[in-house]
Amino acid sequence: MDMQTLYLIVPLAPLFGAIVAGLFGRLVGRSGAHVVTIAGVAVSLIASWLVFQDVRAGNTYNGTVYTWMALGDLSFEVGFLIDSLTGMMMLVVTFVSLMVHIYTIGYMHDDPGYQRFFSYISLFTFSMLMLVMSNNFLQLFFGWEAVGLVSYLLIGFWYTKETAIYANLKAFLVNRVGDFGFILGIGLVLAHFGTLDYATVFARAPSFANDTIVLWPDAPWSLMTVIGILLFIGAMGKSAQFPLHVWLPDSMEGPTPISALIHAATMVTAGIFMVARMSPLFELSDVALSFIMVIGAITALFMGFLGIVQNDIKRVVAYSTLSQLGYMTVALGASAYSVAVFHLMTHAFFKALLFLAAGSVIIAMHHNQDIRYMGGLKKYMPITWITSLVGSLALIGTPFLSGFYSKETIIEAVKLSHLPVADVAYWAVLIGVFVTAFYSFRMYFLVFHGKERFHQGHAHGNEPDAHHVEHHGGTPHETPWVVTGPLLALALPSLAIGYMTIEPMLFGDYFGSAIYVADRHPVMHELNQHFHGAAAMGLHAVTTLPFWLAVAGVGLAAFFYLKRPDIPAAIAQRFRFLHQLLLNKYWFDELYSWVFAKGARLLGATLWRRGDQNVIDGFFVNGTAHLVERVSRLVKAFQSGYIYHYAFAMLIGVFALVTWFARLN
Amino acid sequence: MFGQSILSLVIWVPILAGVAVLATGSDRNAALARWIALAGALLGFIVAIPLVTGFDTSTSAMQFVEKAAWIPAFNVHYHLGVDGISMPLILLNSFITVLVVIAGWQVIQDKVAQYMAAFLIMSGLINGVFAALDGILFYVFFEGMLIPLYLIVGVWGGPNRVYAAFKFFLYTLLGSLLMLVSMVYLYFQSGGSFDIQTWHTTTLGMTAQTLMFFSFLLAFGVKVPMWPVHTWLPDAHVEAPTGGSVVLAAITLKVGAYGFLRFILPILPDASHELSWFVIALSLIAVAYIGLVALVQADMKKLIAYSSIAHMGFVTLGFFMFSPLGAEGGLVQMISHGFVSAALFLCIGVMYDRLHSRQIKDYGGLVNKMPVFAAFFMLFAMANAGLPATSGFVGEFMVILAATKVNFWFAFVAATTLILGAAYTLWMYKRVVFGNVTNPHVEEMRDVNAREILILGVLAVCVLAMGLYPKPFTDVMHVSVVDLLAHVAQSKLP
Repeated sequence: MDMQTLYLIVPLAPLFGAIVAGLFGRLVGRSGAHVVTIAGVAVSLIASWLVFQDVRAGNTYNGTVYTWMALGDLSFEVGFLIDSLTGMMMLVVTFVSLMVHIYTIGYMHDDPGYQRFFSYISLFTFSMLMLVMSNNFLQLFFGWEAVGLVSYLLIGFWYTKETAIYANLKAFLVNRVGDFGFILGIGLVLAHFGTLDYATVFARAPSFANDTIVLWPDAPWSLMTVIGILLFIGAMGKSAQFPLHVWLPDSMEGPTPISALIHAATMVTAGIFMVARMSPLFELSDVALSFIMVIGAITALFMGFLGIVQNDIKRVVAYSTLSQLGYMTVALGASAYSVAVFHLMTHAFFKALLFLAAGSVIIAMHHNQDIRYMGGLKKYMPITWITSLVGSLALIGTPFLSGFYSKETIIEAVKLSHLPVADVAYWAVLIGVFVTAFYSFRMYFLVFHGKERFHQGHAHGNEPDAHHVEHHGGTPHETPWVVTGPLLALALPSLAIGYMTIEPMLFGDYFGSAIYVADRHPVMHELNQHFHGAAAMGLHAVTTLPFWLAVAGVGLAAFFYLKRPDIPAAIAQRFRFLHQLLLNKYWFDELYSWVFAKGARLLGATLWRRGDQNVIDGFFVNGTAHLVERVSRLVKAFQSGYIYHYAFAMLIGVFALVTWFARLN
Repeated sequence: MFGQSILSLVIWVPILAGVAVLATGSDRNAALARWIALAGALLGFIVAIPLVTGFDTSTSAMQFVEKAAWIPAFNVHYHLGVDGISMPLILLNSFITVLVVIAGWQVIQDKVAQYMAAFLIMSGLINGVFAALDGILFYVFFEGMLIPLYLIVGVWGGPNRVYAAFKFFLYTLLGSLLMLVSMVYLYFQSGGSFDIQTWHTTTLGMTAQTLMFFSFLLAFGVKVPMWPVHTWLPDAHVEAPTGGSVVLAAITLKVGAYGFLRFILPILPDASHELSWFVIALSLIAVAYIGLVALVQADMKKLIAYSSIAHMGFVTLGFFMFSPLGAEGGLVQMISHGFVSAALFLCIGVMYDRLHSRQIKDYGGLVNKMPVFAAFFMLFAMANAGLPATSGFVGEFMVILAATKVNFWFAFVAATTLILGAAYTLWMYKRVVFGNVTNPHVEEMRDVNAREILILGVLAVCVLAMGLYPKPFTDVMHVSVVDLLAHVAQSKLP
């Protein structure tokens, strides 16, 4: 089998599964649906592995699958670019997707939409693979929107749940705001480069470095800055960066498996991937990079704060995801693209793990998601407990675990960055370490340690299934192997993948030419000088500030939520405004709802009533009709039919004419 | 045997079939009328197929040309021909006619023969509009097609149908009368010819071009419809029966846009360049203003009607970018809008047939009762929101890219459709389809039947096929569009 066929198999196998489970769901039945989709993704994973080996051997591929459209010289194509960046993404996507597929068998066991769910997640896998494998902007946009569509369908999977169908519309529209910038960026690329093909655009990019574009008179902008910022706005939507972050927490209304797959591990990292892929463009504009770094720093820190006050287990993890995406974005801004992608990978494993573990807890809690009504689950759910601990430790950057290597390197990279905004960003990511440790272990302690509080729980299920009430009162028990198996399978890379891959990925030649860094941004080079192997880095960690910040965060969480639960409550009382500010997520939802949702409707209503109905129809259209009617009524009065009226009118006319002529003479 | 007169067949087969349907008389023979209508529509579509299979994509010259003297005294000819611009539109029209006949199969129980005949005759007349190469012939078809449509709205329409039918008729008639004046002027300027291709090379001064520009703009702008002469469309849609809305949105609007390419751009190139800012401004207003207006509509048909206006704004915007990407984007948008708006009006028809309401608030939770329908409706809603891999994406994408090249801010305003289009379409979808059933009558709604699945399924295939592989469409158009643009680039000032 030649490589091109293999490349095609990677996305098409999940697509096939999605079609079978989606269109013939009734025919193949529940087990048929999960067998065919899991087989599709498994085939895709194996093929991705083979492709990855081929890439490791130094082979890359850039070719067309078919010509989508051609206008003379200008052609739009569907094609693949397979290099080390793609290869890594393909593995991450297919592996996490496979785990989530298996997990779904357990999680969605009683759901009537079983086949539909499998169809959607396989369709998602296809779309995501098309996105990462693309060799041009058109297909990138295709994948970009397709993953958005599946995300929309999956957030609203329980379509009778009012909060879910509100959340999915919100997610789609906020993403569209990002896409608005994205498509304009793509438009500028085509307008100036004359093609949408990555390789050609990247090759020509340096010659456009000093070009300017006039957006308004007398204020030329650097072309690459404008393109960079516009493309990044797309990433802000998809990767939920401030201020387009508002959709991600609400997306938790969807079933937990997709929170893990789409809203933690893969789709939301598409923006990060995209910027890394476009490194030859972003490297040309320090302004765009600074913009990226600022946005990332704000997201990393301020979204982390919100995780502290959340009581919904999934929302804590969601804010954690937002914050971690902010870390990746900061790394992009620092020109440490490989570090961002490295964190993307480690995060995909441990965050998918944390979400799936949260889902396992949710199953055991009969779909009560409130961590105030959990506690002490450690002894009932050993596998979920231990894997959650691994995920949390990886997340906060415990030395030798995967998250440590990626996050530590991001912090170092920001420290070394020469961008003017790097100092502020450095403090943001540093404080973020403490915040991350605090909220992660607040959740961990509340769920797995301390008093058992699940019997006091109110039966407030998140999911519309009926089965949460009748089980209440029993002791929680470990979930079946289809749930715990994926947890264990994800725990392994969460532990070891950082240690194993940091050297080749960041300081070796793994990425090669897939990522370009300009000579004037020598961050990676400087990092390399401080790097003396993964083991040394782990040992050295105890002398660094982030390590002790993380320890402090865990310690404070333990003190607050195991020893003295009265203190957090007292603090919330004492600093009411601050607490409200965080609880209400800085009031962004309210602001957007007022300004955009209500504002647009008010504007639309005004244009309709005043513009269409009063002015155009009222004044011009019907006004013309009325005018004609009035004139004709007036004229009709003259046509009275009486001879003496006409004779009188004639007399007056003659008199008037004679007078006029007389005056002329 | 008919190889030389395919275009005549394409025009006259539906018209004669329509006459045959009329001959079945009263509703006692309704079944016969339906079957003759279906046979006529299918035959009309079949005779159009050679236009595709025999089409030469390498030339911009008119193909399948027929020419015969009609009124020799004024040099008027029965002159037909198609190029890459008009051929796809004829196919679209013949195709939609078949769907419309099937869609009215059970719904229309009153004056069946007349209803079916009106659609068939209109279909033939519209094919005539797209095929005519003689100004007077064009004018006759252009005006003639209004009559069946007027009757469809006025006879089978809703409670306020008379107001809507009058408004529609007067609006469009007003525009086309001035066009007739321009045509007569062109006749004299061209040395006594009504040949449209001769007019393409006729030298014209700037004043004459400007005046004619506005007269044609009014004639075609009303049909498109462009802001601010659009207010007839929502009224006509709301009152029209489902089939009428489908043809109105899918085909009639395209006649207006087609006029831009056949008359305004090639006959008046200097005025077109000079006044392009005016058309661009109106188009952008259509996208943004109408998008916002669509957001607040409570009536689904009105919402889709406004959405049509916004989408047609992309067509006129694309034409006046004066680039192959923009013009072909506009054309692709026309075809795509033909599929998508037809599908959406059919979807609303499916719901209306069951609940007899078009108000969004009367629905909710439809997916619980009609899952198959909900899936189709989702696809078409996404196509309306311009999602990639559906046809709705292709044209908008091309026009936005073309606009970026001309002026960033044109693209900026045009791209708001990404947000607005999704907002009004999906918000409507959410309120109609998702959620719990609140109206007890929705509880009784049955899912789509085989006939409805057939119609929606065929359109779904079209929408997806065009979204995944638009190359065949642009291949047909490309040479003709490039030739047209080369023509428009040359000044015709004396």
